Amino acid sequence: MKERAALREAAIAAVVLIAVLAIPFVHRSPAFEDFVIRLSAMALFATSLNLLIGNTGMVSFGHGMFYGLGAYVFGLTMQMTDLSLPVAALLAVLATTLAALCVGAICVRLGTDYFAFITLAVQMLFYSVIISWQSLTGGDQGLRGGIPRREIFGFELASQLHLYQFCAIVAALGLLALRHISASPFGQTLRMIRDNEYRASFLGVVLWRARLRAFTIAGAFAGLGGVLAALFVSGAYPELADWPNSGQAIFAVMLGGINSFLGPLLGAMILLALNDVVTRFTEYQGLVLGIVILVFALGLRRGVLDFLKLAWPGRSR
Amino acid sequence: MDLDALGACLTTSACVVNQTTSGLIVGMLLFLVAAGVTLIFGVLKIVNFAHGTFYMLGGYVAYTVLGATNSYALAVLLGAIAMALFGALFERALISRVYGSNVLMQLLICYAVVLIFDDLVKIVWGPEFHAMGMPPAFQVPPLFIAGGVVPPFYAVLIGIAALIAIVLGLGLSMTRLGKTVRAAAINPQMVSALGVNTTLLFAIVFAIGGGLAGLAGALAAPVRSLSPGMGFSILIESFIVTVIGGMGSIAGALVSALLIGLVRGFGTIGFPKFTDGMIYIVMIAILLLRPQGLFGRQS
Repeated sequence: MKERAALREAAIAAVVLIAVLAIPFVHRSPAFEDFVIRLSAMALFATSLNLLIGNTGMVSFGHGMFYGLGAYVFGLTMQMTDLSLPVAALLAVLATTLAALCVGAICVRLGTDYFAFITLAVQMLFYSVIISWQSLTGGDQGLRGGIPRREIFGFELASQLHLYQFCAIVAALGLLALRHISASPFGQTLRMIRDNEYRASFLGVVLWRARLRAFTIAGAFAGLGGVLAALFVSGAYPELADWPNSGQAIFAVMLGGINSFLGPLLGAMILLALNDVVTRFTEYQGLVLGIVILVFALGLRRGVLDFLKLAWPGRSR
Repeated sequence: MDLDALGACLTTSACVVNQTTSGLIVGMLLFLVAAGVTLIFGVLKIVNFAHGTFYMLGGYVAYTVLGATNSYALAVLLGAIAMALFGALFERALISRVYGSNVLMQLLICYAVVLIFDDLVKIVWGPEFHAMGMPPAFQVPPLFIAGGVVPPFYAVLIGIAALIAIVLGLGLSMTRLGKTVRAAAINPQMVSALGVNTTLLFAIVFAIGGGLAGLAGALAAPVRSLSPGMGFSILIESFIVTVIGGMGSIAGALVSALLIGLVRGFGTIGFPKFTDGMIYIVMIAILLLRPQGLFGRQS
């Protein structure tokens, strides 16, 4: 039964991925391709955050740190060495995993409010290090000079089409892996901790260890998202690790729905699309975005997918 | 890092006086904002992410009033009163609707308000920086204290903030309203069951918080420039102050605001690029060693 569910999800992901990959062959639209590239980075970022928020009940305000770290490690490795792109990406993910493990080891034992604040503080510390370590990171100018987009497996990443395909594939694989994790017994354990940590503890779950594991995994996938973001902007900027960016991810998660796996993906889509559409019509995008968020928050009181799930409870999962 | 410069500064009285005053200014303004944050959290258990917006609007209201009436006292007063009303309205119209629901919903609403008002400020006052300038009454020669230069406005600003701190502390411990507020912080249901109108009380708490932030914004306007989004950095710092001092503790907010102010004041000399970093390190250390903050109650 479990096997079949996993297979079905893989099949759905494959169909969606093929559809997304097929679109440019029917109709080329640079704006749409840009959108998908940015979405793939953001989707990994937001979905990995939801492993903490929705699954484990840990509200991290500092998730942007790992996104930014992934981007910087990847960018720096590509600029300073001749390593191939997958190796650099792997290094970046490894570095974020390690960083998440260290940060998590400090943070996960604290209570909810303090956890939120300490993750924020660690992220801001990281941000100040980026700003002040000018010789390495370029300070507030960011990592400039471009990232050499070396060819991998026949993908010429300097071409937008290939970057689009590469990002879509990486994001699909990443999301599938996250889905697998959240459906696994480990994912169930996380949800049990969220619902009642005392019961979980009595059943023999070592709370801090499970939380630390979730934190580390989430950090790793955020780092992967950061790699895609670095590829898109061809550099790395301190803003990636600043707190408005963490805020964006939280809002993507909230808008889409924290109790649905695809919620953050939908939320990221809504946020990005809103930004794109609104900037075309007005310079006051904050005003429009704010009103939309208010309508969502006061009207639905939960994310879109969570709302739909409540409205049509038939297919609960 | 420039520890020599810091050492040289610490041994000259002029430099110590200068940096201490600028540190106290930062700290006192921060205290006014953080006092509201900590009060609102203490009573309502809400982390008010829109608090920086109150600060920003207070500054802009004061700027406009000063332009219209040329009276700085009136500008400060109206800035504070306007934000007190705004705070109560914000609580009634938006925050009160999500009391029972997810904490993140409250966060989302606050974020929406921040976005909306940053843009409204851009529409009304323009996206550029505004400098309010020193009010005419304070355009007098500075005071010289032990070789340091202290503009009289700084002294007045520190005095007002210190007065507010005293009034707030005494008000919370002595008055009926203060006692009710403290009781509601511990057990709002019981307070409500005893016949206190908690709906009104919550609105009042938001009004006090908003008024303090508005006051801080109005007081800060002559020494800092006004810009949309200015609430953002003070918000983060007031959170740091709240966490270091202990969430819900006014005395803690005062001590940690002054601490941060002084770290900033002397940090600009010793480690100009890493002052923020130092503050975050202090915050992390405090959270690890004493998660409830310096003055927080053990929960």
